[in-house]
Amino acid sequence: MKARTRAATILLTPFFLLFTVVMVVPIGYAVWLSLFTEKQSGLGFGGTETVFTGLDNYTAALGDRAFREGFGVLLGYCLLYIPLLLAGALGLALLLDSALARARRFFQLALFLPHAVPGIIAALIWVYLYTPQLSPVVQAMEAGGIGFDFFSPEGALPSVVNIALWEWLGYNMVIFYAALQAIDRSVLEAATVDGAGAWRIAFSVKVPLVKASLAMVALFTIIGSLQLFTEPLILNKGTGSAVTSTWTPNMYAYTAAFDRNDYGLAAAASVLLALTAALLSFAVTRMTGRRKAGKERTA
Amino acid sequence: MNGRPRTGSVWLSKAAVNGALVLAVVYMLFPLVWLLTAATKDAGGLLAGNAFSFEGFDLGGNLTRLAEYNDGIYFHWYANSLLYAGLGALACSFVSVAAGYAFHVYDFRGKEKLFGLVLLGVLVPTTALALPMYLLASEVGVVNTYWAVLVPVLVNPFGVYLSRVFCAGYIPDEALEAARIDGAGELRVFWSIGLRMVMPGFVTVFLFQFTAVWNNFFLPLVMLSDQKLYPLSLGLYAWNSNAHAEPDFYPLVVTGSLLAVVPLVVAFVSLQRHWKAGLTAGSVK
Repeated sequence: MKARTRAATILLTPFFLLFTVVMVVPIGYAVWLSLFTEKQSGLGFGGTETVFTGLDNYTAALGDRAFREGFGVLLGYCLLYIPLLLAGALGLALLLDSALARARRFFQLALFLPHAVPGIIAALIWVYLYTPQLSPVVQAMEAGGIGFDFFSPEGALPSVVNIALWEWLGYNMVIFYAALQAIDRSVLEAATVDGAGAWRIAFSVKVPLVKASLAMVALFTIIGSLQLFTEPLILNKGTGSAVTSTWTPNMYAYTAAFDRNDYGLAAAASVLLALTAALLSFAVTRMTGRRKAGKERTA
Repeated sequence: MNGRPRTGSVWLSKAAVNGALVLAVVYMLFPLVWLLTAATKDAGGLLAGNAFSFEGFDLGGNLTRLAEYNDGIYFHWYANSLLYAGLGALACSFVSVAAGYAFHVYDFRGKEKLFGLVLLGVLVPTTALALPMYLLASEVGVVNTYWAVLVPVLVNPFGVYLSRVFCAGYIPDEALEAARIDGAGELRVFWSIGLRMVMPGFVTVFLFQFTAVWNNFFLPLVMLSDQKLYPLSLGLYAWNSNAHAEPDFYPLVVTGSLLAVVPLVVAFVSLQRHWKAGLTAGSVK
């Protein structure tokens, strides 16, 4: 038994050591940093000194309109993006899972492929496709009588949501498809024998059976959405887009740290963002019940 | 009985289902096709529009300029990306599978609590940690070195979770027991039986971590200032920032992006079984 304890310790140590260095310590350090502010000492000749300022950084962040607006943007982004993503991915998965679909392997691969494209490159491609002079899309839309300026204030949110959808729709579709494929076929046959049509089976039998996957995807999507940074950053740089450099809380923290060198404020913003993620994770797992934990233990 | 639908309506449904899927595929693939055709154009052809034609075809010229610009820094970035993603993902997979194996095979006090901590780690928004990590790294003096990017990518709590699921699926207890009876020590059993049997799971964890690191942008952006250490994502970002002032950078950015996408596309096409297994394990359990 001793040998086993020793082996378990040896095998677990690298992970938990790194976990501590890369996750636990930075979280603690962020909280610590957020309680201090660098102040000019004297007349500004003596350099700076770091002063304990309690929750001042938090009140400064929350008092800053740009930061609050960042959360407003995130809220709008989540309300537009998450329903579209869930409905789109689940809809495609149901189509692929229906008896009528052909070439399932090809569809799965083709829909998944954008996930292989780095977020920064996805954003670069789409910015080109949004630029009126360069874009076949904008030209085609104009020819069809639809004028839409992706860089306008109204266009900002849809532009970013579209890039994110392109990156994540297929990925989540594969997750839902896997869950649908795992449904016991005899359940579906029973429903067919009972006279349920394809629509009825899809929405009254299949969807309720993949609820756990829906909840999981929703959870990970919320956490991912809160960290929104790369795509709006590309839109912000030089496109004349309405996306500002503090458009999302993460961008706010980044500019606070590296443009304004205000690490305390940046840390406070990061901590607030992480707290929001924790609260939302808690809410989502609460809402979807604790059945999952029980299942894991028996697995 | 509802009766069998007429063949005409079946045909129509079939066309509708597959038509919708084809539309989705067009949406997914046309930006990639655009990238492919755009990468073959010179700056003039690129800015002239007509994106899907091969007007101003100059792929060879683009590749030469890509290789020559700034003493071939692009391929330096490429090598860096391969190093960060290859080495980082390999080490990360070892660390994750070792931990996942231990969680599956051994019983010890507080095991499920410890595993709960791993699951909590999955939920941490990692970009919120980049800034404190940068400040910590600058205290230790590793900011703007390979280590600043390599060490953080060694940790992937979701990889540990996946590894545990895979170990449960791939490693029968009897195999381990048999090795023990043959007198193998515990670490020996892990190394020559456990690790070997869970290899498909190892490849899956590696593939996902490789992708994550290859696509990583925020961490290198925060950590690195020396261009020589940049991965592709950061290098292309820097070029793109120049392109607004100097349009000559556009073909470099586009051709560079195309080449940067190739390894992952190849990996995902050839390792389909593995990414599907990863997403299945993540969804069904």
